[in-house]
Amino acid sequence: MRQLVETLFAEAFDNPYLAKMEDQARLDLSALQAVGDRLAFATDSYVIQPLEFPGGDIGRLAVNGTVNDLAVGGARPLFLSCAFIIEEGLPLPLLQRIVRSMADAAREAGVKIVTGDTKVVPRGQADGLFINTSGVGVIPKGCELAATRCRPGDAVLVSGTLGDHGAAILNARGELGLESQWSSDCQPLHGLVEQMLARCSQVRALRDATRGGVAAVLHEFAQASACSMRLFEAALPVRPEVRGVCELLGLDALHFANEGKLVAVVAAEQAQALLAAMQAHPAGHEACIIGEVLAGPAGQVQILTGMGSERLLDLPTGELLPRIC
Amino acid sequence: MRYVDEFRDPAHARVLLQRVRERMALPALRQRHPVRIMEVCGGHTHTIFRHGLEALLPAGLELVHGPGCPVCVLPRERIDDCVAVAAHPGVILATFGDALRVPGTRASLQQARAEGADVRIVYSPLDALALARAHPQREVVFFALGFETTMPATALTVLQASRERIANFSLLCHHISIVPTLQALLEDKDVQLDGFIGPGHVSMVIGSHPYEFIAHRYQKPFVIAGFEPVDILQSVLMLLSQLAAGEACVENQYARVVAEGGNRQALAAVSEVFELREHALWRGLGDIPRSGMRLRQTYAAFDAERRFGLFDMAESVAPEPASACCDQVLKGCCQPKQCPLFGSECIPEHPVGALMVSSEGACAACYQYRR
Repeated sequence: MRQLVETLFAEAFDNPYLAKMEDQARLDLSALQAVGDRLAFATDSYVIQPLEFPGGDIGRLAVNGTVNDLAVGGARPLFLSCAFIIEEGLPLPLLQRIVRSMADAAREAGVKIVTGDTKVVPRGQADGLFINTSGVGVIPKGCELAATRCRPGDAVLVSGTLGDHGAAILNARGELGLESQWSSDCQPLHGLVEQMLARCSQVRALRDATRGGVAAVLHEFAQASACSMRLFEAALPVRPEVRGVCELLGLDALHFANEGKLVAVVAAEQAQALLAAMQAHPAGHEACIIGEVLAGPAGQVQILTGMGSERLLDLPTGELLPRIC
Repeated sequence: MRYVDEFRDPAHARVLLQRVRERMALPALRQRHPVRIMEVCGGHTHTIFRHGLEALLPAGLELVHGPGCPVCVLPRERIDDCVAVAAHPGVILATFGDALRVPGTRASLQQARAEGADVRIVYSPLDALALARAHPQREVVFFALGFETTMPATALTVLQASRERIANFSLLCHHISIVPTLQALLEDKDVQLDGFIGPGHVSMVIGSHPYEFIAHRYQKPFVIAGFEPVDILQSVLMLLSQLAAGEACVENQYARVVAEGGNRQALAAVSEVFELREHALWRGLGDIPRSGMRLRQTYAAFDAERRFGLFDMAESVAPEPASACCDQVLKGCCQPKQCPLFGSECIPEHPVGALMVSSEGACAACYQYRR
């Protein structure tokens, strides 16, 4: 088993760094310094059921998730590590598909998986497969994205429709009994970010809206900048099928996870330019302006409802529970 | 999205709001200020807060948030029963997600699950029956809760289980009826209400006749309403029109879903399977006679209370903390924010009182959307 797995990984992720088969990947500093002046370093662990879902799988998620964590800091993602915790009895063909999909995702994102680890644990001690990836990227000189930089008057944008991933996973579990299937939005965002930063100098902050959704990101921005955020309900982009799930179960697409969407805050005078830059990229073609930054009250996120009144947008509390009765 | 967007149309809403303002300016209503309308159902409460409707209504018109959230009025002791049943070896406890976070006196079902109990979220009682079929060696208990809205699905599931002779399936039945509770509110001298926005989904099952006594005996206008903002505003307008004309009758704004006679098949299934309990406890309101349901003797084999030796709940249960104003909020005598515990000791993650428990509870909706 062990040999099989190692051969599988070495073949799928094949690159000169990995091929050396040392205990560590050795990265050339001068090549990194040619890209920028700071290293970005991020890690995330991926646990999801089902392991394969429409639009992706845990492997693709593990690559794009960490790539996006680097990208929203303005970094160009370059190298990933990956660690697998495999539950005994995981079907080998499934593992093979996931590893190959991971290799494809890395190639598409232009990153190399340069070091890794595998552990097999007895049945019952892991839910099929857990993957951790850490990533290294380089931030170009002068790029200073930070949640603390949001200012009153700034515009808030989102790179596409809300909640596609969360709703797809809920549906893929098969418990909703819905006939239609739709895809997760799992995709890398660094190409989009590069285009945004190349065309707009006044981007204040970016964040990928994963667990907790756009609502969680806006709360982070509001707290870090001591401003408040106001969303325009009528401007929120939500696919009809995702809306349907939300209406049916009493959930809010703003709380659903996304795996290929980012929230951007930009100076008001560049809002239209940034929108155009985003819409010109395939990963941002459904981008919208969804709100604005206000002076106060600090830390608050409000929604201007379609009815013309205001209400608060709360943080999701833990697990999203459907309302039935 | 059809049947949603047209009922959230701001242009329709503006027209209705203008008419509401005009009605409120009529002399017959001016002398009534404040006009106090109770929305009975938690779903309506949620819509009102989510769409910020209160802020749009004219001064002198107050919405009172009623007791129609089945999760909020669950007594903690009932959750204790669920936790106790879930702790039995071999039991799978199936529940709607709504009940997962509701605190018992010791633990919620979510905590029980973390401690190792096999608690599963289902979207329908039929999903629970499917679990029983899939795990014949396990005992599957469905926590049946809700008003008449969810009763027919539970009843049909029991009939199906009976036909298939599925032996490892039972119900912990906490179905309740809103109508006796409305009567109890109307009998309460502290409660000052001018009319009711009636529950839409309950009425889809029971129809409009069971509310006639509210109009006739108590002279209160009653309008069965849908769940979108335009539905609510139109219902408010219909109530104000009745009040202005000095009338009191039952009207149906939600005619696209609710038939006057209700759903006969659903009612037949309910009456085949369930009977009234003499006593039923409501968190925050106490004992409301003949407001709860239990399985009939014919279906006693599916009754988890008998199977697990649970007693019919005692008449006395742990009261809400004295400083909480739940009953006052439920009766419309006090706004959520006026309760001294609101937002400090009592928050959605740690509800002290009933109305903070579910997002359809008046206090939780107020905390979530208004604070």
